Amino acid sequence: MADITDQKERSFPKIEFTDSEAGALTFPSSKSRSYNYYKPAKLRATMYEDVTVDVQPDPERHLSQGWIYGFGDGPGGYPKEWTTAKSADWHKFLDPNEEWEQSIYRNNSKVVHQVELCLKNAKRAGVYDHWSPSWLKFLERNVGAWMHAENGLALHVFSSIQRSGPTNMINTAVAVNAAHKMRFAQDLALFNLDLSEADVPFEGQAHREVWQEAPEWQPTREVVEQLTATGDWCELLFATNIIFEQLVGSLFRTELVMQVAARNGDYITPTIVGTGEYDYDRDLGYTRALFRMLTQDEEHGEANKELFGTWLTKWVPRCLEATHALQPIWSQAAEKPVTFATSQENANSKFVSVLEDLGLDAPKELDQ
Amino acid sequence: MSRQSLTKAHAKISELTWEPTFATPATRFGTDYTFEKAPKKDPLKQIMRSYFPMEEEKDNRVYGAMDGAIRGNMFRQVQQRWLEWQKLFLSIIPFPEISAARAMPMAIDAVPNPEIHNGLAVQMIDEVRHSTIQMNLKKLYMNNYIDPAGFDMTEKAFANNYAGTIGRQFGEGFITGDAITAANIYLTVVAETAFTNTLFVAMPDEAAANGDYLLPTVFHSVQSDESRHISNGYSILLMALADERNRPLLERDMRYAWWNNHCVVDAAIGTFIEYGTKDRRKDRESYAEMWRRWIYDDYYRSYLLPLEKYGLTIPHDLVEEAWNRIVNKDYVHRVAQFFATGWPVNYWRIDTMTDTDFEWFEEKYPGWYSKFGGWWENYNRLAYPGNNKPIAFEDVGYNYPHRCWTCMVPCLIREDTVCEKVDGQWKTYCSETCHWTDAVAFRSEYEGRETPNMGRLTGFREWETLHHDKDLADIVEDLGYVRDDGKTLIGQPHLHLDDPKKMWTLDDVRGIQFMSPNVLLNQMSDDEREKHIAEYRLNDMSKIA
Repeated sequence: MADITDQKERSFPKIEFTDSEAGALTFPSSKSRSYNYYKPAKLRATMYEDVTVDVQPDPERHLSQGWIYGFGDGPGGYPKEWTTAKSADWHKFLDPNEEWEQSIYRNNSKVVHQVELCLKNAKRAGVYDHWSPSWLKFLERNVGAWMHAENGLALHVFSSIQRSGPTNMINTAVAVNAAHKMRFAQDLALFNLDLSEADVPFEGQAHREVWQEAPEWQPTREVVEQLTATGDWCELLFATNIIFEQLVGSLFRTELVMQVAARNGDYITPTIVGTGEYDYDRDLGYTRALFRMLTQDEEHGEANKELFGTWLTKWVPRCLEATHALQPIWSQAAEKPVTFATSQENANSKFVSVLEDLGLDAPKELDQ
Repeated sequence: MSRQSLTKAHAKISELTWEPTFATPATRFGTDYTFEKAPKKDPLKQIMRSYFPMEEEKDNRVYGAMDGAIRGNMFRQVQQRWLEWQKLFLSIIPFPEISAARAMPMAIDAVPNPEIHNGLAVQMIDEVRHSTIQMNLKKLYMNNYIDPAGFDMTEKAFANNYAGTIGRQFGEGFITGDAITAANIYLTVVAETAFTNTLFVAMPDEAAANGDYLLPTVFHSVQSDESRHISNGYSILLMALADERNRPLLERDMRYAWWNNHCVVDAAIGTFIEYGTKDRRKDRESYAEMWRRWIYDDYYRSYLLPLEKYGLTIPHDLVEEAWNRIVNKDYVHRVAQFFATGWPVNYWRIDTMTDTDFEWFEEKYPGWYSKFGGWWENYNRLAYPGNNKPIAFEDVGYNYPHRCWTCMVPCLIREDTVCEKVDGQWKTYCSETCHWTDAVAFRSEYEGRETPNMGRLTGFREWETLHHDKDLADIVEDLGYVRDDGKTLIGQPHLHLDDPKKMWTLDDVRGIQFMSPNVLLNQMSDDEREKHIAEYRLNDMSKIA
């Protein structure tokens, strides 16, 4: 039995009732209960705005002493000169997805649970056993190669951009984009691992050689590497989310994998790739909002349109070369419900629609 | 996920990287470090599939506690003395957090190790979490605490205030200059590994003792992400140590990063813990005792010292001098005194000190009363308007201090003040090390070696310069530190909200000219300046009282 006579005297802070609740007294500013240093987009500030706006300061707003550290070869902070695009007020951009901490984890956790449940069910039902060798080969090579692209964009495109944008709203939206890409790339890799461990003819390492050497994938890899080598953050975002993702990413994911998988007895891959599509839909949302703001900028809109035209001229041919090289993979699955021509027509048409929304002309290269 | 599955999954994920052959990623942020000979070090394994649900669960606990605090009327028992300092702290900290997110691609660019890239990208998302969860905590305080003034202008105040600028180093230092200096040594190896202990563990403990259990809820949740960040930093540090050519740079950066973190973090957190608390139990740890435990023992002795065998030159002298400044040179007390001196240009209120406080300080820091007691008694005496000016403009034997050009905390240990002409301007520094940081470390050449990627000290570094020779009332108005009646100041040198006569207004501070010590210093002749600095070094409160 415990000895209760040898109790040490415990030391602990004393609670004191201070009546420090809101409304306990009336005095100047006692009712000032909203952030007053920025103007919300609507009458009432959203949670997203309250936790995001002005956290990254700006000498053009309240930062009176300027940036106190500089780079060896230029100013510090977030110089507007890090892109050739111009805005009369970069702070006008607000992420239509309103991403902040809770939305990031809630959305991505939902996706994680969905993917895990799907993969668990697949294993339990032994669905991989019924897939044809040609379909397994398709996944092994093509979905295997594509996950590299997603991972490269996550680490060397979106993660990188989020250091460079002039406002917190831009950089946070892009950081979330990076998280989406990372999670999606990893989900594809772990799906690949599941297939490697299933008792089916699937070579789990084949993706490396395909991505690195297969002729149909080299132009895609080349564009991804060219993207990672781009210094202008706005060009990088435009070239990736407006051009590459439309012409190559959506072409592969939406117009091919999502269309042909079910006909090949595979309801697992579309579930996983569908999460990537859902991510891209959200990410395209913020990207459109940003570039719409730039093309409609009263002061710089026309110059921006001209600039984006040069980016289209530079990146569209590269992406089209990649898509043409991918054409043979449309024939690799046993069931071929769509043709390359149909898929590309759909992808191009959606791309033109995005450009129209931004007020940009479709580049002539699309007609070739 | 089992450990075996995690290892297998992590190995699979590492297959996602490749060696580019068409084009290499742009080097947007350079480094003078080299990793050609570095063995690749594997950081803590983390995959997104386990990461997102884990963080969601952590979030749910935090937000559940927040709901509970509101339902349980936590603000009935919160000490105003404590929560007022949170107006300063929580205005600063979301920026360092988001800066840490922005710093990650700098490290990714600089370190050729795909294993680490994954961990750094996960850290990027963590930091977005930390910044927004802290902004949300502040919003909760603004909505539920008796006095929202100061919380309501938080990011503007952070950006135009002298104390906000001091704190801003703990953020800009992460994202500017040499990628490894900034994103690895300053951010991860020193700030996260050493000083988050006092920031995110010691300080929230004090919050709980003052009736606020939400700060610990949020910050302990934040701190639980830090072990992964520390692992990222450690991996990169070991890679850097593998190349002899990095050794001088590591020595330089450890000295700069350690000293700057000490100057900035100990100034702020030391003040919050020692002067923001009402818990005066004699057996509660002082900041010095906390520092000894968290920084000296846990970081210096357990983390840094073992790195000596890998060839890291550890700034033993600066660790000891930081301790010496805290224990023997009254660093924290002098900073608190300075913050209280500057109350008219604060966006938080600072409580007066009582006999209970005096007894506690004397117990923990013997001799405190003889050095600081008289000044705080004057602070109490001059707390209300009508018959006197703010204490900064009354003769209480305290000369408004020069600012350190490097760390931007004023030169408060006056006998240590360094005055030198650097880049054509007379500048003051709080210490030899801060002078070295500006004059030697942050340069394009270091010990005969070109260091083009090293950062530069820029900006209007002396806050007072911006407001030189202006009327104090105009300065306060320009800064926006006025309540919604258009005249009452947000900052007050007491906590009495119940009596309008005790609240200072613009009229009470009008007619007082505010002068920049640095502008005046540069207007002096050589003889005048020499005499002035000699007197300044002697203007020690301990000798005046």
